[in-house]
Amino acid sequence: MASTMKTWIPAVAAAVWAGSAAATLNLQEPTTTIAAQIYSLHTYILVVCAVIFVLVFGAMFYSILKHRKSVGHKAAHFHENTTVEIVWTVVPFLILLGMAAPATKTILAMKDTSNADITIKAVGYQWKWGYEYVRGEGDLAGVSDGIKFYSNLSTTMDEIYDKTGTVKKGDNYLLDVDNPLVVPVGKKVRILTTANDVIHAFWVPSFGVKQDAIPGFIRDTWFTAEKTGEFRGQCAELCGKEHGFMPIVVKVVTVDEFKTWAAKQAKDTGAPAAETAAAPAAEAAPAAEKVAAAGGAADGKKVYEATCVACHSTGVAGAPKVGEKAVWAPRLAQGKDALYEHAIKGKGIMPPKGGNPALPDADVKAAVDHMVALSK
Amino acid sequence: MEAVHDHGHDHAHHPTGLMRWVTTTNHKDIGTMYLWFSFAMLLTGGLLAMGIRLELLQPGMQYWKPEFFNQLTTMHGLIMVFGAIMPAFVGFANWQVPMMIGAPDMAFARMNNFSFWLLPPAALLLVVSFFVPGGATGAGWTLYAPLSVQQGMGMDMAIFAVHIMGASSIMGSINIITTILNMRAPGMTLMKMPLFVWTWLITAYLLIAVMPVLAGAVTMLLTDRHFDTHFFNAAGGGDPVLYQHVFWFFGHPEVYIMILPAFGIVSQVIPAFARKPLFGYSSMVYATASIAILSFIVWAHHMFTVGMPAAGQLFFMYATMLIAVPTGVKVFNWIATMWKGSMTFETPMLFSVGFLFVFTMGGFTGLILAITPVDIQLQDTYYVVAHFHYVLVAGSLFAIFAGIYFWLPKWTGHMYDETLGKVHFWLSIIFFNLTFFVMHFLGLAGMPRRIPDYAQQFADFNLIASLGAFGFGLTQLLFLYVVVKCIKGGEKAPAKPWEGADSLEWTLPSPAPYHSFETPPIVK
Repeated sequence: MASTMKTWIPAVAAAVWAGSAAATLNLQEPTTTIAAQIYSLHTYILVVCAVIFVLVFGAMFYSILKHRKSVGHKAAHFHENTTVEIVWTVVPFLILLGMAAPATKTILAMKDTSNADITIKAVGYQWKWGYEYVRGEGDLAGVSDGIKFYSNLSTTMDEIYDKTGTVKKGDNYLLDVDNPLVVPVGKKVRILTTANDVIHAFWVPSFGVKQDAIPGFIRDTWFTAEKTGEFRGQCAELCGKEHGFMPIVVKVVTVDEFKTWAAKQAKDTGAPAAETAAAPAAEAAPAAEKVAAAGGAADGKKVYEATCVACHSTGVAGAPKVGEKAVWAPRLAQGKDALYEHAIKGKGIMPPKGGNPALPDADVKAAVDHMVALSK
Repeated sequence: MEAVHDHGHDHAHHPTGLMRWVTTTNHKDIGTMYLWFSFAMLLTGGLLAMGIRLELLQPGMQYWKPEFFNQLTTMHGLIMVFGAIMPAFVGFANWQVPMMIGAPDMAFARMNNFSFWLLPPAALLLVVSFFVPGGATGAGWTLYAPLSVQQGMGMDMAIFAVHIMGASSIMGSINIITTILNMRAPGMTLMKMPLFVWTWLITAYLLIAVMPVLAGAVTMLLTDRHFDTHFFNAAGGGDPVLYQHVFWFFGHPEVYIMILPAFGIVSQVIPAFARKPLFGYSSMVYATASIAILSFIVWAHHMFTVGMPAAGQLFFMYATMLIAVPTGVKVFNWIATMWKGSMTFETPMLFSVGFLFVFTMGGFTGLILAITPVDIQLQDTYYVVAHFHYVLVAGSLFAIFAGIYFWLPKWTGHMYDETLGKVHFWLSIIFFNLTFFVMHFLGLAGMPRRIPDYAQQFADFNLIASLGAFGFGLTQLLFLYVVVKCIKGGEKAPAKPWEGADSLEWTLPSPAPYHSFETPPIVK
């Protein structure tokens, strides 16, 4: 009996493994040691549960077949047995101990975000991600510090809203972005998460990483990707109407490729620190909050798209919708200075500076100008 | 007691027609209204689910806007939890608790009427919110801040609805506890009560403990939305995660509020059809109480991804895993009850065995989700959607069906159509698994929940799930037909239609008299 058990358990496990590689029946193929640990933890617990399930319900179906009135079975009258009650309390408890031990090890490893080679801040917006390379250590020191950009869904509206079935959906439909997050292979990447408006969650399944991004708070997680390639994930916390349309793409490249990429980024976008200093409103925004102002401090369109769009494009909570002239007319009549003041200090449900207190006043005014121009 | 007794003699004068139902203080009338109300809500919530599955039938946005899709998922959850499952169990409590403990009626008859009549306005608030500017709330049934602070006035209507339904639940619970503790027939000690009564006693305590917590959470939301408080606003010194802690301190016991009475129903049905007493009665009572107590110390397992310290994750993982022990004891006891019985498989038994089989699958996925590292991978995916539908639909709803078929003969005086009942069971269990089993694969492969459109590798399983869901929805119309047919007529039911049933309600004639026990029976 024991020897047959020994041969068939690995055989079944191998079959499950092989089947899952073909169809998407299992967790995604792990790219990090943490994801691999999660994968085997899941397989282990699933197999234990499956064995218990088969034993318990094997007994139940045996009973259903044999102990039925239609085959003439007479009911026994036992209804208590302290020994079996103790057995089936203690045995499951011991099985649980066997599950808790490896899980504890993995939890402690997941929580260890120390000694990262590179630290990147991921900011959730309604509805896109912003990435900011905060600091590199060791041979990555200074390589990518200060690089920041937004990452938007690149699937087109035509692909999504096609009712005729004539528009071909791209290979990575809904899982493609304009600017992927680029990280070096084999390096420990620490991700700091936060959010601008509501709670989002940064999730890359094949890394085994999921961390909520909470407005006003910084949380962290980490991964070390062990091979190069593109890895895809999505926002995992309901964050409003476009929740399903803010994917995450991480491009893992060699260290050399990473350095080349970082140098090109710095050249293309200009040194981000210098740019902020040159902005007309020289209010020193804290470095960590510069994301919202990236790409030209007084660019009203960008500020609008980063901060105001959530409410003012949809009319949430009574916000005047950009472009609805009738709604804007009485507001415009109050004069632009009144609008500036409401935008900066807040009015009604509208929070000061649209809920982004780090914005310089000039940016807010630029955004108001942008919205007014569209709504006259 | 005196008042109840006096009232007992004027039943000839109670109003008829609509006013009978508006003014009734009778536990059976009120139980009936609870059950019909919850069935109406089941169909409403089910219609919303059909809307969800219609959009998810294939990739691309075909029917709804994303914001309306969010409203569908949110209201589906709120209506099913607060409108369908909870009131259905209160309906059972109203009908069965007095009959099973040998009482004439519930302890507080007028409050009973009021607890029911609070529900229709609450349901109306929820349903009407679809038609106000901005539509219903789309923040998910958990109403997480700050997303819920952003919503339009539909959110305020949902908050008021939750307040009202909470008040109704608390009154219902006070009534049930008082009835059980004070009105049992002479000789019926606590440890002689039918298990259904025990599970409701424990559930009622859970409700009284946690409904005020939910009321607190949504009140803070309301003041954050309108009165410039900043409980959940970091910019004002608040914390969005605080909402989740408060919500789930309600939310996890709520899970057991929705399953313990189901355990109670199944514990009545299985012995009746196995023709053998319930195995391990006292360990069943202790297991139920243990689950209830543990339910207060596991809430943060819904929040493993918010980023809590390792010690927090470890504590909540261990505590959650522990729940598997008393739950396992219950499953083992039910199977030991069936063991060496003399079983027949009428519809209530089919639903109970189906419950046992499919609910346990939900229990196992619950254990898998308790393992923090695995949960972090599966949190907010379709795996979780599959898990809680296995425990809530195949768990609570199947037990409700089992209970309805079990007690319909007592309630209506007629036998239901056995053939159609069995068809209802088989269609339900097949379509249920078709809908929800494939969702495990979707979640494992990485499909987030609450998204209106998905990547193309998820298309096949979503198609299967949608077809299953349409089938499951239509099947419930058959249930309606069976019940209506049974009310209108059918074979006359004897006082005790089930050979192995032994609780007090089966000593009453079928249909049960208006005032269940005018003189208390003696329990030996």
